[in-house]
Amino acid sequence: MDDAGFTKCERCGQPIYEKDLLARFNVCPHCEFHYPLPAPERIRLLTDSGSFKEHDAGMVAGDPLRFDGYGERLARAKEKTGLADAVVSGVGKIGGRPVALAVMDFRFIGGSMGSVVGERVARTIEHAHADGLPLVVVSASGGARMYEGVYSLMQLAKTSVALSRYMDGSLPYVSVLTDPTFGGVTASFATVADVIIAEPGARIGFAGARVIEQTTRERMPEGFQTAEFQRDHGMVDRIVHRLALKGDLERLVRFVA
Amino acid sequence: MILEFERPIRDLEERIAELHRLAGSSEGLQAEISRLEGALDAAKRRIYSNLSAYERVQVARHPDRPNFRAYRDELSDDFYELSGDRFFGDDPAVRGGFARLKRGGHNVVLLGHDKGGDTKSRVKGNFGMAHPEGYRKVGRLYELAGRFGLPIVVVVDTPGAYAGRTSEERGQAWAISADLMALARTPVPVISVIIGEGGSGGALAMCVADYVGMLENSYLSVIAPEACASIIFRDPGRAAEAAEALKLTARDLKQHGIVDEVLPEPLGGAHKEPNTAIREVGDALDRVISGLSEATPKALIEARHDRYRCIGTHAAGDNV
Repeated sequence: MDDAGFTKCERCGQPIYEKDLLARFNVCPHCEFHYPLPAPERIRLLTDSGSFKEHDAGMVAGDPLRFDGYGERLARAKEKTGLADAVVSGVGKIGGRPVALAVMDFRFIGGSMGSVVGERVARTIEHAHADGLPLVVVSASGGARMYEGVYSLMQLAKTSVALSRYMDGSLPYVSVLTDPTFGGVTASFATVADVIIAEPGARIGFAGARVIEQTTRERMPEGFQTAEFQRDHGMVDRIVHRLALKGDLERLVRFVA
Repeated sequence: MILEFERPIRDLEERIAELHRLAGSSEGLQAEISRLEGALDAAKRRIYSNLSAYERVQVARHPDRPNFRAYRDELSDDFYELSGDRFFGDDPAVRGGFARLKRGGHNVVLLGHDKGGDTKSRVKGNFGMAHPEGYRKVGRLYELAGRFGLPIVVVVDTPGAYAGRTSEERGQAWAISADLMALARTPVPVISVIIGEGGSGGALAMCVADYVGMLENSYLSVIAPEACASIIFRDPGRAAEAAEALKLTARDLKQHGIVDEVLPEPLGGAHKEPNTAIREVGDALDRVISGLSEATPKALIEARHDRYRCIGTHAAGDNV
Protein backbone atom coordinates (compact mmCIF):
# COMPACT_ATOMS: atom_id res chain seq x y z
CA MET A 1 0.00 0.00 0.00
CA ASP A 2 1.37 3.43 -0.85
CA ASP A 3 0.86 6.79 0.78
CA ALA A 4 -1.19 8.40 -1.98
CA GLY A 5 -4.37 7.71 -0.04
CA PHE A 6 -5.27 5.13 -2.63
CA THR A 7 -4.39 1.49 -2.75
CA LYS A 8 -5.25 -1.62 -4.70
CA CYS A 9 -6.66 -4.70 -3.01
CA GLU A 10 -4.11 -7.47 -3.18
CA ARG A 11 -6.93 -9.98 -3.40
CA CYS A 12 -9.53 -8.56 -5.79
CA GLY A 13 -7.46 -5.89 -7.51
CA GLN A 14 -10.09 -3.19 -6.96
CA PRO A 15 -8.93 0.28 -5.99
CA ILE A 16 -9.62 1.23 -2.35
CA TYR A 17 -9.42 4.58 -0.60
CA GLU A 18 -7.14 4.05 2.34
CA LYS A 19 -9.48 5.91 4.63
CA ASP A 20 -12.23 3.48 3.65
CA LEU A 21 -9.92 0.61 4.48
CA LEU A 22 -9.08 2.21 7.82
CA ALA A 23 -12.74 2.86 8.60
CA ARG A 24 -13.44 -0.81 7.89
CA PHE A 25 -10.54 -2.01 10.07
CA ASN A 26 -8.52 -3.28 7.10
CA VAL A 27 -11.33 -5.23 5.45
CA CYS A 28 -11.60 -4.66 1.69
CA PRO A 29 -14.93 -2.92 0.90
CA HIS A 30 -15.18 -4.82 -2.38
CA CYS A 31 -14.23 -8.43 -1.65
CA GLU A 32 -14.29 -8.42 2.19
CA PHE A 33 -10.70 -9.71 2.33
CA HIS A 34 -9.38 -9.35 5.88
CA TYR A 35 -5.92 -7.78 6.00
CA PRO A 36 -3.84 -8.07 9.18
CA LEU A 37 -4.90 -5.53 11.79
CA PRO A 38 -2.47 -3.76 14.14
CA ALA A 39 -3.14 -4.55 17.80
CA PRO A 40 -4.14 -0.98 18.78
CA GLU A 41 -6.72 -0.95 15.98
CA ARG A 42 -8.04 -4.33 17.07
CA ILE A 43 -8.46 -3.01 20.59
CA ARG A 44 -10.31 0.03 19.24
CA LEU A 45 -12.54 -2.35 17.25
CA LEU A 46 -13.38 -4.62 20.16
CA THR A 47 -13.57 -2.50 23.28
CA ASP A 48 -16.08 0.12 24.32
CA SER A 49 -14.72 3.54 23.52
CA GLY A 50 -12.18 4.77 26.08
CA SER A 51 -12.52 1.69 28.27
CA PHE A 52 -9.21 -0.05 27.54
CA LYS A 53 -6.48 0.18 30.13
CA GLU A 54 -3.17 -1.33 29.12
CA HIS A 55 -1.21 -3.48 31.58
CA ASP A 56 2.53 -4.15 31.51
CA ALA A 57 3.03 -1.54 28.81
CA GLY A 58 6.64 -1.19 27.88
CA MET A 59 7.68 -4.67 28.93
CA VAL A 60 10.57 -5.44 26.61
CA ALA A 61 12.42 -8.55 25.56
CA GLY A 62 15.78 -9.58 26.96
CA ASP A 63 18.23 -11.32 24.70
CA PRO A 64 18.87 -14.44 26.77
CA LEU A 65 21.04 -16.19 24.20
CA ARG A 66 22.75 -13.03 22.88
CA PHE A 67 21.55 -14.17 19.50
CA ASP A 68 23.34 -12.43 16.66
CA GLY A 69 21.08 -9.79 15.10
CA TYR A 70 18.22 -10.02 17.63
CA GLY A 71 18.90 -6.64 19.21
CA GLU A 72 18.71 -4.86 15.85
CA ARG A 73 15.65 -6.84 14.85
CA LEU A 74 13.87 -5.77 18.04
CA ALA A 75 14.88 -2.15 17.58
CA ARG A 76 13.56 -2.09 14.00
CA ALA A 77 10.29 -3.73 15.02
CA LYS A 78 9.76 -1.24 17.83
CA GLU A 79 10.40 1.66 15.51
CA LYS A 80 8.13 0.30 12.79
CA THR A 81 5.18 -0.51 15.05
CA GLY A 82 5.54 1.80 18.02
CA LEU A 83 4.95 -1.28 20.17
CA ALA A 84 7.19 -2.78 22.83
CA ASP A 85 6.69 -6.34 21.57
CA ALA A 86 4.24 -8.49 19.60
CA VAL A 87 1.35 -8.24 22.05
CA VAL A 88 -0.76 -5.54 23.69
CA SER A 89 -2.67 -6.57 26.80
CA GLY A 90 -4.88 -5.12 29.46
CA VAL A 91 -8.50 -4.80 30.50
CA GLY A 92 -11.30 -3.26 28.45
CA LYS A 93 -15.05 -3.36 28.33
CA ILE A 94 -16.95 -5.29 25.70
CA GLY A 95 -20.61 -4.29 25.74
CA GLY A 96 -20.15 -2.86 29.23
CA ARG A 97 -18.59 -6.05 30.60
CA PRO A 98 -14.92 -5.81 31.69
CA VAL A 99 -12.80 -8.40 29.91
CA ALA A 100 -9.10 -9.30 30.17
CA LEU A 101 -7.73 -8.94 26.68
CA ALA A 102 -4.46 -9.78 24.93
CA VAL A 103 -4.02 -8.92 21.27
CA MET A 104 -1.08 -10.00 19.14
CA ASP A 105 0.42 -7.91 16.36
CA PHE A 106 1.84 -9.67 13.32
CA ARG A 107 3.90 -6.64 12.30
CA PHE A 108 6.24 -7.14 15.25
CA ILE A 109 8.72 -9.84 14.08
CA GLY A 110 5.89 -11.83 12.55
CA GLY A 111 3.91 -11.85 15.77
CA SER A 112 6.45 -14.30 17.12
CA MET A 113 6.15 -15.48 20.72
CA GLY A 114 9.17 -14.88 22.91
CA SER A 115 9.38 -14.21 26.63
CA VAL A 116 7.37 -10.98 26.49
CA VAL A 117 4.42 -12.44 24.59
CA GLY A 118 4.44 -15.46 26.92
CA GLU A 119 4.68 -13.29 30.02
CA ARG A 120 2.02 -10.78 29.03
CA VAL A 121 -0.39 -13.49 27.93
CA ALA A 122 0.24 -15.34 31.21
CA ARG A 123 -0.34 -12.15 33.24
CA THR A 124 -3.53 -11.44 31.32
CA ILE A 125 -4.76 -14.92 32.19
CA GLU A 126 -3.83 -14.43 35.84
CA HIS A 127 -5.45 -11.03 35.95
CA ALA A 128 -8.65 -12.51 34.53
CA HIS A 129 -8.46 -15.26 37.14
CA ALA A 130 -7.85 -12.91 40.07
CA ASP A 131 -10.54 -10.42 39.08
CA GLY A 132 -13.08 -12.91 37.80
CA LEU A 133 -13.08 -11.64 34.22
CA PRO A 134 -13.72 -13.40 30.94
CA LEU A 135 -10.54 -13.84 28.93
CA VAL A 136 -10.17 -12.97 25.25
CA VAL A 137 -6.95 -13.55 23.34
CA VAL A 138 -6.63 -12.46 19.71
CA SER A 139 -3.76 -14.26 17.98
CA ALA A 140 -1.70 -13.41 14.91
CA SER A 141 1.63 -15.18 14.88
CA GLY A 142 4.13 -17.03 12.76
CA GLY A 143 5.07 -19.10 15.81
CA ALA A 144 7.79 -19.13 18.41
CA ARG A 145 10.54 -16.51 18.28
CA MET A 146 13.67 -18.37 17.18
CA TYR A 147 15.99 -15.65 18.48
CA GLU A 148 15.09 -16.67 22.03
CA GLY A 149 15.71 -20.36 21.35
CA VAL A 150 14.41 -22.67 24.04
CA TYR A 151 13.10 -19.70 26.04
CA SER A 152 10.52 -19.15 23.33
CA LEU A 153 9.63 -22.86 23.34
CA MET A 154 9.10 -22.65 27.09
CA GLN A 155 6.49 -19.92 26.64
CA LEU A 156 4.17 -22.69 25.39
CA ALA A 157 4.58 -24.35 28.78
CA LYS A 158 4.30 -21.06 30.67
CA THR A 159 1.01 -20.04 29.09
CA SER A 160 -0.34 -23.58 29.51
CA VAL A 161 0.35 -23.74 33.24
CA ALA A 162 -1.25 -20.32 33.68
CA LEU A 163 -4.30 -21.32 31.63
CA SER A 164 -4.72 -24.60 33.48
CA ARG A 165 -5.53 -22.64 36.66
CA TYR A 166 -7.89 -20.20 34.98
CA MET A 167 -9.71 -22.97 33.15
CA ASP A 168 -10.34 -24.93 36.33
CA GLY A 169 -12.73 -22.10 37.16
CA SER A 170 -16.00 -21.32 35.43
CA LEU A 171 -15.07 -18.20 33.48
CA PRO A 172 -14.90 -18.35 29.71
CA TYR A 173 -11.75 -18.24 27.63
CA VAL A 174 -12.34 -17.11 24.05
CA SER A 175 -9.60 -17.42 21.45
CA VAL A 176 -9.83 -15.39 18.25
CA LEU A 177 -7.60 -16.64 15.45
CA THR A 178 -6.62 -14.16 12.76
CA ASP A 179 -4.43 -14.33 9.68
CA PRO A 180 -1.94 -15.90 10.16
CA THR A 181 -1.75 -18.01 13.33
CA PHE A 182 0.79 -20.84 13.39
CA GLY A 183 3.39 -22.78 15.32
CA GLY A 184 3.95 -22.28 19.01
CA VAL A 185 0.89 -20.08 19.44
CA THR A 186 -1.52 -22.60 17.91
CA ALA A 187 0.30 -25.40 19.72
CA SER A 188 -0.43 -23.75 23.06
CA PHE A 189 -2.89 -21.15 24.33
CA ALA A 190 -4.67 -20.32 21.06
CA THR A 191 -6.30 -23.74 20.59
CA VAL A 192 -7.35 -24.78 24.10
CA ALA A 193 -10.05 -22.15 24.51
CA ASP A 194 -13.67 -22.83 25.46
CA VAL A 195 -14.74 -21.11 22.26
CA ILE A 196 -12.53 -20.62 19.21
CA ILE A 197 -13.52 -17.96 16.71
CA ALA A 198 -11.66 -17.34 13.45
CA GLU A 199 -11.76 -14.55 10.92
CA PRO A 200 -12.83 -15.44 7.37
CA GLY A 201 -9.99 -16.72 5.23
CA ALA A 202 -7.42 -16.58 8.05
CA ARG A 203 -4.62 -19.12 7.63
CA ILE A 204 -4.35 -21.24 10.77
CA GLY A 205 -2.25 -24.31 11.44
CA PHE A 206 0.75 -25.92 13.05
CA ALA A 207 3.28 -25.78 10.19
CA GLY A 208 2.91 -23.41 7.26
CA ALA A 209 1.80 -24.74 3.87
CA ARG A 210 5.03 -23.67 2.19
CA VAL A 211 7.18 -25.61 4.66
CA ILE A 212 4.94 -28.65 4.27
CA GLU A 213 5.11 -28.51 0.49
CA GLN A 214 8.90 -28.22 0.60
CA THR A 215 9.42 -31.13 2.96
CA THR A 216 6.74 -33.52 1.70
CA ARG A 217 6.83 -32.51 -1.99
CA GLU A 218 3.06 -32.70 -1.97
CA ARG A 219 0.84 -29.89 -3.26
CA MET A 220 -1.61 -28.72 -0.62
CA PRO A 221 -5.25 -28.59 -1.67
CA GLU A 222 -7.13 -25.36 -2.38
CA GLY A 223 -8.24 -23.69 0.84
CA PHE A 224 -5.81 -25.71 2.98
CA GLN A 225 -5.49 -24.34 6.53
CA THR A 226 -8.02 -21.56 6.05
CA ALA A 227 -10.41 -20.72 8.86
CA GLU A 228 -13.12 -22.47 6.86
CA PHE A 229 -10.95 -25.59 6.49
CA GLN A 230 -10.35 -25.63 10.24
CA ARG A 231 -14.05 -25.21 10.97
CA ASP A 232 -14.93 -28.02 8.59
CA HIS A 233 -12.36 -30.25 10.29
CA GLY A 234 -13.90 -29.55 13.67
CA MET A 235 -11.14 -27.32 15.02
CA VAL A 236 -12.88 -23.93 15.11
CA ASP A 237 -16.35 -23.05 16.44
CA ARG A 238 -17.31 -20.05 14.36
CA ILE A 239 -16.14 -17.85 11.56
CA VAL A 240 -16.98 -14.25 12.24
CA HIS A 241 -16.51 -11.23 10.00
CA ARG A 242 -14.23 -8.67 11.61
CA LEU A 243 -16.85 -5.96 11.63
CA ALA A 244 -19.27 -8.30 13.44
CA LEU A 245 -16.72 -9.54 15.97
CA LYS A 246 -17.48 -7.14 18.81
CA GLY A 247 -21.19 -7.91 18.65
CA ASP A 248 -20.45 -11.61 18.47
CA LEU A 249 -18.29 -11.48 21.61
CA GLU A 250 -20.95 -9.45 23.43
CA ARG A 251 -23.53 -12.17 22.67
CA LEU A 252 -21.17 -14.92 23.78
CA VAL A 253 -20.24 -13.20 27.01
CA ARG A 254 -23.93 -12.80 27.88
CA PHE A 255 -24.28 -16.58 27.84
CA VAL A 256 -21.21 -17.60 29.76
CA ALA A 257 -20.00 -14.81 32.00
CA MET B 1 27.56 -45.04 10.21
CA ILE B 2 30.67 -42.91 10.81
CA LEU B 3 30.23 -39.21 11.55
CA GLU B 4 32.73 -36.81 10.01
CA PHE B 5 34.46 -35.97 13.29
CA GLU B 6 34.80 -39.66 14.13
CA ARG B 7 37.09 -40.31 11.13
CA PRO B 8 40.43 -39.86 12.94
CA ILE B 9 39.22 -42.38 15.50
CA ARG B 10 38.08 -44.83 12.87
CA ASP B 11 41.43 -44.48 11.06
CA LEU B 12 43.36 -45.28 14.23
CA GLU B 13 41.09 -48.21 14.99
CA GLU B 14 41.65 -49.60 11.52
CA ARG B 15 45.42 -49.22 11.79
CA ILE B 16 45.42 -51.03 15.13
CA ALA B 17 43.31 -53.84 13.72
CA GLU B 18 45.67 -54.08 10.73
CA LEU B 19 48.72 -54.33 12.99
CA HIS B 20 47.04 -57.02 15.07
CA ARG B 21 46.44 -58.96 11.89
CA LEU B 22 50.06 -58.55 10.72
CA ALA B 23 51.51 -59.34 14.11
CA GLY B 24 49.60 -62.58 14.46
CA SER B 25 50.90 -64.36 17.52
CA SER B 26 54.32 -62.67 17.42
CA GLU B 27 55.02 -59.81 19.79
CA GLY B 28 57.22 -57.77 17.43
CA LEU B 29 54.61 -55.09 16.75
CA GLN B 30 53.34 -54.84 20.30
CA ALA B 31 55.14 -51.59 21.05
CA GLU B 32 53.65 -49.91 18.00
CA ILE B 33 50.20 -51.25 18.84
CA SER B 34 50.43 -49.91 22.38
CA ARG B 35 51.53 -46.54 21.07
CA LEU B 36 48.58 -46.38 18.68
CA GLU B 37 46.18 -47.49 21.39
CA GLY B 38 47.41 -44.66 23.54
CA ALA B 39 46.88 -42.28 20.64
CA LEU B 40 43.41 -43.67 20.07
CA ASP B 41 42.42 -43.13 23.66
CA ALA B 42 43.76 -39.57 23.58
CA ALA B 43 41.99 -38.87 20.28
CA LYS B 44 38.69 -40.13 21.69
CA ARG B 45 38.97 -37.96 24.76
CA ARG B 46 40.01 -34.91 22.77
CA ILE B 47 37.33 -35.29 20.12
CA TYR B 48 34.39 -36.42 22.22
CA SER B 49 34.88 -33.97 25.03
CA ASN B 50 35.03 -31.02 22.64
CA LEU B 51 32.07 -31.73 20.40
CA SER B 52 30.44 -28.66 18.94
CA ALA B 53 26.72 -28.15 19.35
CA TYR B 54 26.04 -29.34 15.81
CA GLU B 55 28.23 -32.42 16.24
CA ARG B 56 26.18 -33.30 19.31
CA VAL B 57 23.02 -32.91 17.23
CA GLN B 58 24.49 -35.46 14.84
CA VAL B 59 25.29 -37.84 17.69
CA ALA B 60 21.72 -37.33 18.95
CA ARG B 61 20.43 -38.38 15.52
CA HIS B 62 22.78 -41.32 15.09
CA PRO B 63 20.84 -44.32 13.71
CA ASP B 64 22.60 -46.70 16.10
CA ARG B 65 21.80 -44.58 19.14
CA PRO B 66 19.66 -46.55 21.60
CA ASN B 67 16.06 -45.42 21.25
CA PHE B 68 12.76 -45.95 23.04
CA ARG B 69 12.73 -49.68 22.27
CA ALA B 70 16.07 -50.29 23.94
CA TYR B 71 15.09 -48.32 27.04
CA ARG B 72 11.73 -50.08 27.25
CA ASP B 73 13.29 -53.51 26.92
CA GLU B 74 16.21 -52.88 29.25
CA LEU B 75 14.51 -50.83 31.95
CA SER B 76 11.20 -52.63 32.38
CA ASP B 77 10.48 -56.26 33.07
CA ASP B 78 6.82 -55.92 32.19
CA PHE B 79 5.58 -53.51 29.55
CA TYR B 80 1.83 -53.65 29.03
CA GLU B 81 1.34 -51.64 25.85
CA LEU B 82 -1.81 -49.62 25.24
CA SER B 83 -2.82 -48.41 21.81
CA GLY B 84 -4.99 -45.90 20.07
CA ASP B 85 -6.52 -42.50 20.62
CA ARG B 86 -10.12 -43.83 20.58
CA PHE B 87 -11.00 -41.39 17.78
CA PHE B 88 -8.94 -42.05 14.70
CA GLY B 89 -6.24 -44.67 15.00
CA ASP B 90 -3.05 -45.86 16.60
CA ASP B 91 0.12 -43.94 15.85
CA PRO B 92 3.25 -46.11 16.07
CA ALA B 93 5.44 -42.98 16.25
CA VAL B 94 4.70 -42.84 19.96
CA ARG B 95 4.17 -45.78 22.24
CA GLY B 96 3.13 -46.18 25.79
CA GLY B 97 1.62 -48.38 28.42
CA PHE B 98 1.92 -49.60 31.97
CA ALA B 99 5.42 -50.67 32.89
CA ARG B 100 7.23 -52.06 35.88
CA LEU B 101 10.75 -50.70 36.11
CA LYS B 102 13.41 -53.25 37.04
CA ARG B 103 15.33 -50.71 39.04
CA GLY B 104 13.25 -50.01 42.16
CA GLY B 105 10.25 -52.05 40.96
CA HIS B 106 8.19 -48.92 40.29
CA ASN B 107 4.90 -49.25 38.44
CA VAL B 108 4.62 -46.36 35.99
CA VAL B 109 3.06 -45.25 32.74
CA LEU B 110 5.95 -45.37 30.29
CA LEU B 111 5.78 -43.36 27.09
CA GLY B 112 8.16 -42.50 24.32
CA HIS B 113 8.66 -41.53 20.73
CA ASP B 114 9.51 -44.68 18.79
CA LYS B 115 12.10 -44.19 16.07
CA GLY B 116 11.99 -47.90 15.25
CA GLY B 117 14.58 -50.63 15.06
CA ASP B 118 15.08 -51.32 11.36
CA THR B 119 14.21 -49.56 8.11
CA LYS B 120 10.71 -50.97 8.05
CA SER B 121 9.81 -49.99 11.60
CA ARG B 122 11.51 -46.61 11.20
CA VAL B 123 9.28 -45.83 8.25
CA LYS B 124 6.22 -47.22 10.03
CA GLY B 125 6.95 -45.02 13.05
CA ASN B 126 7.53 -42.04 10.75
CA PHE B 127 11.00 -41.61 12.31
CA GLY B 128 9.45 -40.64 15.62
CA MET B 129 7.38 -37.80 14.18
CA ALA B 130 3.92 -38.29 15.62
CA HIS B 131 0.56 -37.36 14.13
CA PRO B 132 -2.27 -35.84 16.18
CA GLU B 133 -3.63 -39.31 16.96
CA GLY B 134 -0.24 -40.04 18.55
CA TYR B 135 -0.44 -36.99 20.78
CA ARG B 136 -4.05 -37.88 21.64
CA LYS B 137 -2.98 -41.38 22.61
CA VAL B 138 -0.33 -39.78 24.81
CA GLY B 139 -2.99 -37.54 26.35
CA ARG B 140 -5.14 -40.59 27.04
CA LEU B 141 -2.27 -42.24 28.86
CA TYR B 142 -1.59 -39.09 30.89
CA GLU B 143 -5.21 -39.30 31.96
CA LEU B 144 -4.92 -42.97 32.92
CA ALA B 145 -1.75 -42.32 34.91
CA GLY B 146 -3.55 -39.59 36.85
CA ARG B 147 -6.54 -41.81 37.57
CA PHE B 148 -4.42 -44.68 38.84
CA GLY B 149 -1.81 -42.61 40.62
CA LEU B 150 1.08 -43.89 38.52
CA PRO B 151 4.10 -41.72 37.77
CA ILE B 152 4.45 -40.70 34.11
CA VAL B 153 7.87 -41.58 32.69
CA VAL B 154 8.66 -40.26 29.23
CA VAL B 155 11.55 -41.04 26.94
CA VAL B 156 11.75 -38.11 24.52
CA ASP B 157 13.31 -38.63 21.09
CA THR B 158 11.72 -36.86 18.15
CA PRO B 159 12.83 -34.55 15.35
CA GLY B 160 9.48 -32.84 15.89
CA ALA B 161 5.76 -33.34 15.52
CA TYR B 162 4.93 -34.40 11.96
CA ALA B 163 4.24 -31.47 9.65
CA GLY B 164 2.17 -32.68 6.71
CA ARG B 165 -1.25 -32.52 5.12
CA THR B 166 -2.75 -35.32 7.20
CA SER B 167 -1.48 -34.02 10.51
CA GLU B 168 -2.86 -30.56 9.74
CA GLU B 169 -6.24 -32.00 8.75
CA ARG B 170 -6.51 -33.71 12.10
CA GLY B 171 -5.43 -30.75 14.23
CA GLN B 172 -1.77 -31.23 15.12
CA ALA B 173 -1.62 -27.95 17.05
CA TRP B 174 -4.82 -28.81 18.95
CA ALA B 175 -3.46 -32.23 19.94
CA ILE B 176 -0.20 -30.77 21.25
CA SER B 177 -1.81 -27.93 23.19
CA ALA B 178 -4.15 -30.41 24.86
CA ASP B 179 -1.17 -32.48 26.01
CA LEU B 180 0.52 -29.39 27.45
CA MET B 181 -2.63 -28.63 29.44
CA ALA B 182 -2.88 -32.24 30.58
CA LEU B 183 0.70 -32.17 31.86
CA ALA B 184 0.08 -28.89 33.64
CA ARG B 185 -2.81 -30.53 35.51
CA THR B 186 -1.80 -34.11 36.12
CA PRO B 187 -1.70 -35.01 39.84
CA VAL B 188 1.11 -37.57 39.44
CA PRO B 189 4.88 -37.07 39.06
CA VAL B 190 6.02 -36.42 35.49
CA ILE B 191 9.57 -37.49 34.73
CA SER B 192 11.03 -36.92 31.29
CA VAL B 193 14.41 -37.85 29.91
CA ILE B 194 15.52 -36.54 26.55
CA ILE B 195 17.59 -39.39 25.12
CA GLY B 196 18.22 -38.04 21.62
CA GLU B 197 16.28 -35.42 19.75
CA GLY B 198 14.06 -32.90 21.49
CA GLY B 199 12.38 -31.30 18.51
CA SER B 200 10.22 -28.35 19.53
CA GLY B 201 6.49 -28.66 20.33
CA GLY B 202 6.48 -32.35 19.51
CA ALA B 203 9.01 -32.88 22.30
CA LEU B 204 7.55 -30.34 24.70
CA ALA B 205 4.17 -32.13 24.63
CA MET B 206 6.06 -34.88 26.46
CA CYS B 207 8.41 -32.97 28.73
CA VAL B 208 6.54 -30.38 30.75
CA ALA B 209 7.71 -32.29 33.78
CA ASP B 210 8.75 -32.29 37.41
CA TYR B 211 12.15 -33.58 36.37
CA VAL B 212 13.77 -33.21 32.97
CA GLY B 213 17.01 -35.06 32.43
CA MET B 214 19.04 -34.91 29.25
CA LEU B 215 21.64 -37.31 28.03
CA GLU B 216 24.88 -35.46 27.39
CA ASN B 217 24.57 -35.57 23.61
CA SER B 218 20.86 -35.00 23.30
CA TYR B 219 19.38 -31.67 22.32
CA LEU B 220 16.22 -29.66 22.90
CA SER B 221 15.37 -26.84 20.52
CA VAL B 222 12.54 -24.63 19.37
CA ILE B 223 13.55 -25.38 15.77
CA ALA B 224 15.93 -27.69 13.92
CA PRO B 225 19.27 -25.94 13.36
CA GLU B 226 18.99 -26.47 9.59
CA ALA B 227 15.59 -24.77 9.48
CA CYS B 228 16.79 -21.96 11.75
CA ALA B 229 19.76 -21.35 9.45
CA SER B 230 17.47 -21.21 6.40
CA ILE B 231 15.13 -18.74 8.03
CA ILE B 232 17.42 -16.47 10.01
CA PHE B 233 20.67 -16.70 8.04
CA ARG B 234 18.91 -17.51 4.75
CA ASP B 235 21.45 -20.28 4.28
CA PRO B 236 20.81 -23.90 5.36
CA GLY B 237 24.56 -24.48 5.12
CA ARG B 238 25.04 -22.45 8.29
CA ALA B 239 23.32 -25.05 10.48
CA ALA B 240 26.38 -25.47 12.69
CA GLU B 241 26.32 -21.78 13.49
CA ALA B 242 22.59 -21.91 14.19
CA ALA B 243 23.04 -24.91 16.49
CA GLU B 244 25.61 -22.93 18.45
CA ALA B 245 23.39 -19.85 18.66
CA LEU B 246 20.28 -21.77 19.74
CA LYS B 247 22.01 -23.07 22.89
CA LEU B 248 20.34 -26.42 22.43
CA THR B 249 22.81 -28.78 24.12
CA ALA B 250 22.20 -30.48 27.44
CA ARG B 251 24.96 -28.50 29.09
CA ASP B 252 23.66 -25.15 27.79
CA LEU B 253 20.13 -25.93 28.90
CA LYS B 254 21.29 -26.95 32.34
CA GLN B 255 23.21 -23.68 32.60
CA HIS B 256 20.09 -21.76 31.62
CA GLY B 257 18.10 -23.61 34.26
CA ILE B 258 15.73 -25.21 31.76
CA VAL B 259 16.59 -28.81 32.59
CA ASP B 260 17.52 -30.45 35.87
CA GLU B 261 20.38 -32.73 35.06
CA VAL B 262 22.84 -33.75 32.37
CA LEU B 263 23.25 -37.52 32.31
CA PRO B 264 26.72 -38.58 31.17
CA GLU B 265 27.18 -40.80 28.16
CA PRO B 266 29.97 -43.28 27.53
CA LEU B 267 32.93 -41.85 25.63
CA GLY B 268 31.93 -41.39 22.01
CA GLY B 269 28.22 -41.33 22.68
CA ALA B 270 25.42 -43.66 23.76
CA HIS B 271 25.67 -45.69 20.55
CA LYS B 272 29.17 -46.88 21.51
CA GLU B 273 27.95 -48.56 24.70
CA PRO B 274 24.15 -48.52 24.73
CA ASN B 275 23.79 -50.39 28.00
CA THR B 276 25.96 -47.91 29.89
CA ALA B 277 23.76 -45.02 28.75
CA ILE B 278 20.55 -46.92 29.45
CA ARG B 279 21.75 -47.85 32.93
CA GLU B 280 22.54 -44.19 33.63
CA VAL B 281 18.96 -43.28 32.69
CA GLY B 282 17.54 -46.17 34.70
CA ASP B 283 19.44 -45.08 37.81
CA ALA B 284 18.21 -41.50 37.42
CA LEU B 285 14.61 -42.67 36.99
CA ASP B 286 14.75 -44.79 40.13
CA ARG B 287 16.26 -41.95 42.13
CA VAL B 288 13.77 -39.34 40.88
CA ILE B 289 10.67 -41.53 41.19
CA SER B 290 11.65 -42.43 44.75
CA GLY B 291 12.32 -38.78 45.52
CA LEU B 292 8.89 -37.70 44.30
CA SER B 293 6.93 -40.59 45.81
CA GLU B 294 5.90 -38.64 48.91
CA ALA B 295 4.84 -35.47 47.10
CA THR B 296 1.12 -34.72 47.25
CA PRO B 297 -0.82 -34.09 44.03
CA LYS B 298 -1.33 -30.46 45.07
CA ALA B 299 2.37 -29.92 45.73
CA LEU B 300 3.33 -31.54 42.43
CA ILE B 301 0.95 -29.41 40.38
CA GLU B 302 1.99 -26.24 42.18
CA ALA B 303 5.69 -26.90 41.81
CA ARG B 304 5.27 -27.71 38.12
CA HIS B 305 3.27 -24.53 37.65
CA ASP B 306 5.87 -22.40 39.38
CA ARG B 307 8.73 -23.99 37.49
CA TYR B 308 7.34 -23.16 34.05
CA ARG B 309 5.61 -19.94 35.02
CA CYS B 310 8.89 -18.16 35.64
CA ILE B 311 10.90 -19.14 32.55
CA GLY B 312 11.67 -16.14 30.37
CA THR B 313 13.66 -12.95 30.21
CA HIS B 314 11.94 -9.61 30.03
CA ALA B 315 12.39 -6.20 31.56
CA ALA B 316 10.33 -3.26 32.79
CA GLY B 317 6.57 -2.90 32.31
CA ASP B 318 4.47 -0.68 34.53
CA ASN B 319 3.59 -3.25 37.18
CA VAL B 320 6.33 -5.82 36.88
